[in-house]
Amino acid sequence: MKHNGFWGLLFNALFLAFILAPLVVVVAVSFTDKGYISMPFDGASLRWFRAILENEDIVDAFWLSVRLALVAATLGVALAVPAALAIARYRFPGRGALTGFFLSPMMIPAVVLGIAFLRFLSLLGLGGSFWALCATHVIIVVPYALRLALSSAVGLDRDAERAALSCGASRFTAFRRVVLPMIRTGVVGGWVLSFIQSFDELTMTIFVATPGTTTLPVAMYNQIAQTIDPLVASVSTVLIAGTVVLMLVLDRMVGLDRVLIGETR
Amino acid sequence: MSFLTLKGISKRYGDFTAIEQIDLEVERGEFLSLLGPSGCGKTTTLQMVAGFITPSTGTIRLDGRDITHERPEKRGMGVVFQSYALFPHMTVEGNVGFGLEMRNMKRAARAERVAEVLELVRLNGLGSRYPKELSGGQRQRVAIARALAMRPELLLLDEPMSNLDAKLREEMHIELRAIQKRLGITTILVTHDQVEAMTMSDRIAVMHRGTIAQLSTPFEAYERPKTAFASTFLGKTNLLSGAVVRRNGRCAEVDVAGTTLRVPHEGRPAQGDVNVYIRPEKVRLADADARASGRITTRVFVGNQWLLQVDTGIGRLSVAQPNFGAPPPEEGQHVGLAWSDDDLRMLEKEKPDGHS
Amino acid sequence: MATLDHDRAGASPWLLSGPALLLFGGLLLVPLVLTLVLSFHAFSDSQGTLAAYTLSNYLKVVTDPYYGAIFARTAGLAFAVTALCIVLGVPETIVLARMKRPWQSVCLLIVLGPLLISVVVRTLGWQILLGNNGVLNNALQALHFTSEPIRLVFTMTGVVIALTHVLVPFMVMSVWATLQKLDPQVEWAGLSLGGSPLRVFRRVVLPQILPGVLSGSIIVFALSASAFATPALIGGRRLKVVATAAYDEFLGTLNWPLGATIAVLLLIANVAIVMGCSRLAERRFKHIFD
Repeated sequence: MKHNGFWGLLFNALFLAFILAPLVVVVAVSFTDKGYISMPFDGASLRWFRAILENEDIVDAFWLSVRLALVAATLGVALAVPAALAIARYRFPGRGALTGFFLSPMMIPAVVLGIAFLRFLSLLGLGGSFWALCATHVIIVVPYALRLALSSAVGLDRDAERAALSCGASRFTAFRRVVLPMIRTGVVGGWVLSFIQSFDELTMTIFVATPGTTTLPVAMYNQIAQTIDPLVASVSTVLIAGTVVLMLVLDRMVGLDRVLIGETR
Repeated sequence: MSFLTLKGISKRYGDFTAIEQIDLEVERGEFLSLLGPSGCGKTTTLQMVAGFITPSTGTIRLDGRDITHERPEKRGMGVVFQSYALFPHMTVEGNVGFGLEMRNMKRAARAERVAEVLELVRLNGLGSRYPKELSGGQRQRVAIARALAMRPELLLLDEPMSNLDAKLREEMHIELRAIQKRLGITTILVTHDQVEAMTMSDRIAVMHRGTIAQLSTPFEAYERPKTAFASTFLGKTNLLSGAVVRRNGRCAEVDVAGTTLRVPHEGRPAQGDVNVYIRPEKVRLADADARASGRITTRVFVGNQWLLQVDTGIGRLSVAQPNFGAPPPEEGQHVGLAWSDDDLRMLEKEKPDGHS
Repeated sequence: MATLDHDRAGASPWLLSGPALLLFGGLLLVPLVLTLVLSFHAFSDSQGTLAAYTLSNYLKVVTDPYYGAIFARTAGLAFAVTALCIVLGVPETIVLARMKRPWQSVCLLIVLGPLLISVVVRTLGWQILLGNNGVLNNALQALHFTSEPIRLVFTMTGVVIALTHVLVPFMVMSVWATLQKLDPQVEWAGLSLGGSPLRVFRRVVLPQILPGVLSGSIIVFALSASAFATPALIGGRRLKVVATAAYDEFLGTLNWPLGATIAVLLLIANVAIVMGCSRLAERRFKHIFD
């Protein structure tokens, strides 16, 4: 293909600036020494980062989000990987419908999911339960874990497994020693992506969260809805930094475009 | 003056040299093949003629005009790509008529010309189909029709048949050559298939590591290869190692493992260590007039011929015997072999850097 | 491509997908059905949700001009964001596709990365940027483009800008996937037939990426029509969209049946748009791609 001319590169630069602008602004603002958000400012300070540690609500919300994401990602992958193997290897009636069903949460508006979950949980009286919240997050992340596991499983060379069987390995050993390592990137990539999606989830969680089970995004949303102060900005900066690290890990492992777009190359 | 001239052409990518040096003259109406293994630079050469790649040095002249730096869309050459590169979102008619559209031909005239070309490649009636709905062979014909529609001065084919199955390929060899002769269009074909090159071409340029090792007619290239590479790339051959003992006007006496062979030489006389070549089909089983003898180690039946490997005193020889009806002796049997001296070829052994 | 076991299927696939199926059946299907049922319940301000069934919620949403305005605003938002994403996202993807590694990977990372950052953070950034005292206004005033701050927060313009930022990566992803499938020699073929680079782009490249643009548009449209956080934070209390209206009824007025009604209508609209347009696109383009 041709290479880019001056205008193409200029457009690209402006586009990237557009993409990065809000993130850069948030990071910049978090270093202010004033008590309110102002741009520009004269003194730089870490006071708002220290303030994070002193704010119990934020810290509690952070740890809840971490625990929630860890459990949801693990359960999500545990459910999605076997399902992916089933779909990739067997032709059975209802295969297409099953796949669509598992991928459907991505297509249902988060608001609708939030309302549906809230109605259901309140009918069962499970309002403030961590595990109920966790279950809803598992539903949200399964499509992501499934997509990645599927693309790995579909590209799998079945002959490698058959070779193992012909060498005398039991089906379970063949699975453990040959199949699992070959789909490892899809599985681990799916786990990391699920963790991120659960941690970031906002809209659905707003409906389902209670004062005792408030995740970090929800806490921040509640805060921002009232007033914007640099504390939210510094929390955001920490989140951005963490996400950048995870993103680089994900890209190194699987390739970010493969994770988000699927197998095209 | 020749129609297409490449002079002093080379192509370098940083440290890597794709084309070392190409000098080539193609006559008007000629069918020339660039033949060689992958990596020899044949496709790169074609792409430079088409204008998709610019040469590092050298000039390309078409009918006297210097086109070395001319843009591909101005060169007016018909190109058939290895993957056919059809426009998937256009019908067959759309594809074939695209070049005419780019020349702003009116719709009616275009339709007429498209129908004409489709008939030439025997695709009439398929004009409104999409490439996805066609077989591999049909897609190839569309690619050829598309290239020919604008009546180009030069037709460039980049391994167009490598995706067809063997039977179809054979048919296309004959058909494509017939079309080319009928239109009288100058054609350059890039291929790694020596049978293809020999079947279709007026001349073959055997390419090796970015240069032309030999440029001659198919018969000359096969019968009188000028380099070790050309000897072994075109067809099969027996290679015997020896040393020149004595030379006279017409031939040289070469000592091969104790036996003296008389090898005719033309052109520059060879000396010192040499390789002696003889094609398997030029060696026959013999009794009284046998020149060498030994045991048959392998015997393979291929349908139209028998292939034998015989361990003789001068080395292991491959023999190809046409299928007369009666099979040759079996493996393990002792046979005698004979040949005519005129069929022996000789080349000096190449030094390690590839030059002799 | 992995070969499928036809003969040994039996119970295995169902056993393997069983746990997931149970969870989804119980925790996804059932709640959605319950929500549908809820939308048919009556509601009174004094007693809350009643046991009686009624169609009044649907009638209210469909006939009341208040909700009509909300749906219109949401549709307008979705169209505007989709159009902007096409205008910005398609050229960017083409530029990206022509880049050399490693620049290509870096830029792709920057463009797609924000998808992994919570929408709260991204929207916070826009609030700071677009505020009356925000960076954008300060910059514009400093450069003397305007003398007073331009109101961008709590306007639809602001919401459109912020939502475009959130959703344009989806357009890039969709067009990128299509571009990867293109045969680069097809462009060369166009040139060899005499087309100028511009003409070849218009007649050969663009038609081939159209399906990608279309599927990207469908995704962006559906996501912007159901967007919540960005319209809530940037648009404020007065500029309601469908998602925030549902939130209001459910967690504000506590009129759960009405909230459920809005949710159901949003879901139906979403599914209808996505499936309808996908079906149309498939039919239009099926002769091109496998």
